[in-house]
Amino acid sequence: MDKSNLSRRGVLKSGALTSAGLALPTIFTAQSAAAFTNDPTGSTVTLGFNVPQTGPYADEGADELRAYQLAVEHINGGGDGGMMNTFSSKALKGSGILGKEVKYVTGDTQTKSDAARASAKSMIEKDGAVMITGGSSSGVAIAVQGLCQEAGVIFMAGLTHSNDTTGKDKKANGFRHFFNAYMSGAALAPVLKSLYGDNRRAYHLTADYTWGWTQEESIKAATEALGWETVNTVKTPLAATDFSSYIAPVLNSGADVLVLNHYGGNMVNSLTNAVQFGLREKQVNGKNFEIVVPLYSRLMAKGAGENVKGIHGSTNWHWSLQDEGSQAFVRSFGTKYGFPPSQAAHTVYCQTLLYADAVERAGSFNPCAVAEALEGFEFDGLGNGKTLYRADDHQCFKDVLVVRGKENPTSEFDLLEVVEVTPAAQVTYDVDHPMFAGGALGSCNPGA
Amino acid sequence: MDALLLQILNGLDKGSAYALIALGLTLIFGTLGVVNFAHGALFMIGAFVAVTLQRVLSLSFETIDPTQKDFLGNPLKVKTPYVESWFGPETGGLIIDWAVPLAILFAIPIMIAVGFIMERGLIKYFYKRPHADQILVTFGLAIVLQEVVKYFYGANPIQTPAPDALNGVANVGAAFGMDIVYPVWRIVYFFFSVIIIAAIFSFLRFTTFGMVVRAGMADRETVGLLGINIDRRFTIMFGVASAVAGLAGVMYTPINPPNYHMGMDFLVLSFVVVVVGGMGSLPGAVLAGFLLGILESFASTTWATTTLPGINQIIIYLVAIAVLLTRPRGLMGLKGVMED
Repeated sequence: MDKSNLSRRGVLKSGALTSAGLALPTIFTAQSAAAFTNDPTGSTVTLGFNVPQTGPYADEGADELRAYQLAVEHINGGGDGGMMNTFSSKALKGSGILGKEVKYVTGDTQTKSDAARASAKSMIEKDGAVMITGGSSSGVAIAVQGLCQEAGVIFMAGLTHSNDTTGKDKKANGFRHFFNAYMSGAALAPVLKSLYGDNRRAYHLTADYTWGWTQEESIKAATEALGWETVNTVKTPLAATDFSSYIAPVLNSGADVLVLNHYGGNMVNSLTNAVQFGLREKQVNGKNFEIVVPLYSRLMAKGAGENVKGIHGSTNWHWSLQDEGSQAFVRSFGTKYGFPPSQAAHTVYCQTLLYADAVERAGSFNPCAVAEALEGFEFDGLGNGKTLYRADDHQCFKDVLVVRGKENPTSEFDLLEVVEVTPAAQVTYDVDHPMFAGGALGSCNPGA
Repeated sequence: MDALLLQILNGLDKGSAYALIALGLTLIFGTLGVVNFAHGALFMIGAFVAVTLQRVLSLSFETIDPTQKDFLGNPLKVKTPYVESWFGPETGGLIIDWAVPLAILFAIPIMIAVGFIMERGLIKYFYKRPHADQILVTFGLAIVLQEVVKYFYGANPIQTPAPDALNGVANVGAAFGMDIVYPVWRIVYFFFSVIIIAAIFSFLRFTTFGMVVRAGMADRETVGLLGINIDRRFTIMFGVASAVAGLAGVMYTPINPPNYHMGMDFLVLSFVVVVVGGMGSLPGAVLAGFLLGILESFASTTWATTTLPGINQIIIYLVAIAVLLTRPRGLMGLKGVMED
């Protein structure tokens, strides 16, 4: 130990080598900082479609998947091009995205937040998906949106109606085309006033989770602004199936309107129960008792059968719309699958085209460049009239449909009729509206 | 007063479904000693017997009506059910309208057969295994059955309405000068369940077969030593319990449109009912079914939900905890059952 090999030159040499070694990873990091998660380098680009393939919303998920496949076909130049022909932006040429052929992978959300996050994570990490889209529930959409923000990929939300998705839980990497609960309230209120007057007593039954809460809050605010009184608001468990014990108290509550803040199986069952109890034939306070279902879907209306007749609600889109874009989409979808698309199918088809178009316009798949291209983007020709993707919260502002269960349907698809197309201006709100307050968009994360 | 009676009526109506499912569950547990987590699936299969019959009766042929257009602008294909073309629109329409009550006739043999197959094909191999194994295998079976149903019928609920004649509301309080309107079909359901429950009890009480089954439930070995093939009788009881669950499902379809998941929705509640009533006790299952139905109904009143928000969601479990703390064997539980 008395003989040391240390020399000044040796120390300097090894010191320099060590420094170079330590700096090496930093050099690589600095280089890759210019890149982003899952930068597609080959001739293809992979998108991740995360939809409920099992669980209670599996039918909606299946319809979403059909629309995604149709969108991919059109983007790659197949089929009749659908809404690409009517879309106001002409960046997409039917040759994939930035010349790369679009491939896709699918995941099953099971309508459970943890399962949805796991499948999205797998599509990002294992399959190299550069964008994730889908969802048929707000709980799932919010969870996956958070994951995409962390992972540095774009999330194009599917069917999610809670105010929170672009409210307190909004994220810079997340974008929503679908409308929200506030918009349902704003669109429905004037119609309800003209139909049922301004002196009504409403009773709310609400699904006990994020979407139900924000819808109740929105509809309550909109109807109270009309002069309606809210008699009671009752939360019902999401797993509830028989709503009779919630409906029975309505009979003696003095209420003359029942608002069902339910979706999916909940809506089918609560509406069926309400009709069973004769609410629609009932007279209260000298007025006809009325039922309102603020968020309608044709697939749900089918489940509720005869019970939806004459009942009002709102919807994002309906296949019977006569504009060029809607007609083109119904034609492509109907020819391929044999039945008209649902609103879930419509919104996810639009989201896929909007993403592809934004990448083309940005000239890059980098999420930050794509986000910039989508922010403040104004477009038309996708079935909802002139639409704005607002930069401040990544929410689309467009016309909202007020619909009514059709009295004399001519086919199994002809269940709803459009009563009014509420213009976008009427459903637009300030970014700092109290119902959307509490969260921050943050800055975009390119990941990697 | 009207509101109070309405809630009691609603509780009895809700309770009748719980009681019917819990009765079958207890019957299987009491005879075969199996904790059958697939019992909810039997309820669901019963409901889909009604759905299937409705679909079979509604099978249609298509004729093209050039005067009308479909959603793509092509000539509309008009569907006419075969039944209507064979028997005329009136009689044919009536047959389709009465699909749910008619399904009872089909459900009994089908459900007994399903019960037989389930018991002979799978469950009998688990008699001597621990309860945990039985729970796992029957739960797995339930998932398989519901996925099979979902594959064929989709995930969305399917409307299966009651006959028009039984579809409205009746003012059951009119005779007493009160205003208590209640859906006719739910009243039918209540009386139907009372009849089924009475029939099961009478069968066990007043027939030789029932006497042997009861003896077997009390002491299986001794009955076996007397030269009676008790296993065969217990298999038959499994079939009977399946039929009870199936009938409960058939009659439930007009109350809530059935979907593949409806069995699971009822399963947990039914187990709570069985535990509160006392494992292995048939009267306990029925009593607890009606009791919890009434409690759940009262917990959903405006008064209850405004005084104690959320009480409607937890009342059944609160009662279960209270009962298990004070009477660990449940309301009418027998000593020695599930205590080995």
